[in-house]
Amino acid sequence: MTSIADPISGTQLADAKDASAAVAAAPAITMPTTSERELRLDLFRGLALWLIFIDHLPTNILTWLTIRNYGFSDATEIFIFISGYTAAFVYGRAMLQAGFVVATARILRRVWQIYVAHVFLFTIFLAEISYVATRFENPLYTEEMGIMDFLKQPDVTIVQALLLRFRPVNMDVLPLYIVLMLFLPLILWLMKWRTDVTLALSAGLYVLTWHFDLYLSAYPNGVWAFNPFAWQLLFVFGAWCALGGARRMSRILASPITLWICIAYLFAAFLVTLSWYLPQLGHIVPRRIEQWMYPINKTDLDVLRFAHFLALAAITVRVLPRDWPGLKSPWLRPLILCGQHSLEIFCLGVFLAFAGHFILAEVSGGAGIHFLVSVTGIVIMCAMAWVISWYKHSADKGAARYKSAGGNADLAGGAV
Amino acid sequence: MKSGLWTMLGLTLLAVYLSAAPARAGDPEQICDVPANLLATESSLRKVAEAVRSGQPLNVLVVGSRSSTIPSSEASAYPAKLQAALKESLPSTTVNLSVELQGAKTTADTADTLVKLVEAKRPTLVIWQTGTVDAIRATDPDDFRSALDAGIGALQQAGTDVVLVNLQYSPRTESMISGSPYLDNMRVSAHEHDVPLFDRFAIMHHWNDAGDFDLFSSAHGVELAKRVHACLGRALSKFVIDAAHLGPAQQN
Repeated sequence: MTSIADPISGTQLADAKDASAAVAAAPAITMPTTSERELRLDLFRGLALWLIFIDHLPTNILTWLTIRNYGFSDATEIFIFISGYTAAFVYGRAMLQAGFVVATARILRRVWQIYVAHVFLFTIFLAEISYVATRFENPLYTEEMGIMDFLKQPDVTIVQALLLRFRPVNMDVLPLYIVLMLFLPLILWLMKWRTDVTLALSAGLYVLTWHFDLYLSAYPNGVWAFNPFAWQLLFVFGAWCALGGARRMSRILASPITLWICIAYLFAAFLVTLSWYLPQLGHIVPRRIEQWMYPINKTDLDVLRFAHFLALAAITVRVLPRDWPGLKSPWLRPLILCGQHSLEIFCLGVFLAFAGHFILAEVSGGAGIHFLVSVTGIVIMCAMAWVISWYKHSADKGAARYKSAGGNADLAGGAV
Repeated sequence: MKSGLWTMLGLTLLAVYLSAAPARAGDPEQICDVPANLLATESSLRKVAEAVRSGQPLNVLVVGSRSSTIPSSEASAYPAKLQAALKESLPSTTVNLSVELQGAKTTADTADTLVKLVEAKRPTLVIWQTGTVDAIRATDPDDFRSALDAGIGALQQAGTDVVLVNLQYSPRTESMISGSPYLDNMRVSAHEHDVPLFDRFAIMHHWNDAGDFDLFSSAHGVELAKRVHACLGRALSKFVIDAAHLGPAQQN
């Protein structure tokens, strides 16, 4: 049994001194000390990026491969959890080695990068929507074209977009991530004091969110599609796992009881999901359970979704050991590369989804073209990941020196 | 790893098969076929059945937003086509139909007016098309849900049958309007109140996938809208008759 936290225990010689210093400085937690990447994290983050891209495109054959069709949770959960894990892994070490101020400064620089990326995507969205608004006339959709009305007040809309309150469809993940990262210094500082208390506080905030209906309002009305008060739980849980929690859980994870509970839950979730697509199966879900269960709230990270993610993660960690040879296989290389440059690839994915919509609208094509657009998008994402990786390792000459100076936080911290 | 690849391959083939099956089944002559499962409902329309069986007139009231009409061709929009199709299927029944368009009104706005409308028009059946305005304005899905529940409750209290009609499938604005929370809530709410839901979204989606209509294209003018509405009206008529369990005996 290998837990997701294994890189932490695999201390390398060079880092041994740091490790002991770290332990001395912060008895509450064991800080990551190895510089070896956890390829499983990259793999699944890459997978999450592909799935998010596919889910953002109009429905096509590939959509049926995305996990949201087989249970409650979807790629967003994977993405936020792994982001919390890697962010804590990278910046937690920075906090121990360089102190709170330096780590905070690095985190804020990262926040700024994500914010700029978000604004960049918004600009592309504006370009697309303005084009559609002026070129598209279909009497069937006069009502839906009402969405363009915001173009009539750019003074308000664009300012609201910069304040992260106005967000077009499919652009909700980065604002959530910005808010979560903003609070990362506080989270890490608390974790340095007491890891478990921090997780308990996070769960407490989650409960309060549900109890008092906490939310962030959006423009022109409504709320943030991903409520940061609720989704922080997944992020903090990721951080908790990175900072030793996963290793302490390894006995629970290894138990066959856990395995069977997870399998039973995933199967039940699968049946429920199936009943959405095949109304004939509606009767398999008892009415009382239905009333208690629905609606499964994505905005506030429904407990059912969280549990579904946990079950998936528990089984994944069990089935895929850390030293699984497949991780080095060239077939999985594209996924891992995408996962290693997640901010860039995420943004590219959102852009490609816009572009894909656009192409599908201009070139009226059937299922074949839809499939082609999806596959092309994924190929472009992989190629871009490869180019970025080449830049970091070869073109950027300072990279190697920078890395050896112990500052590979930002390199590894493709921490979106 | 090997088995993973095989599973992927298997799933892909299955998906290809599933997505191709309806297209193959579709008869090329018959444009805009709707697969039976998209018109299946467990809920029934008792008032409609009663009216038709006892020879009463069938009064239908369509409450909807702008997607329930075609600008400057109201007679070709789906409510008018529904009336025509109902008359054709129920020749011995008088079918009256009125349309109450509430453009740019959210579900909450409309729900408040429903009781008054029903008192004024005394319909047997209210067809409530909603959700689009809420999706465009990104209304809080919880508020949407409670407005929907309140509206359906008021209609049932007033003693009419209810059919919900959800959003249009609009691929061109899919990257701008997030319809899924509203579609989900309508499905759940319909199920809870035991009200038939006419899944306009899934039906139009099917037509687009099967190649009956190219809903992506901007090239088509008002003709496309008319054809889509004609098909929607026919499908809705079939849906109403099935949900009222009116066999051929009553239809004559």
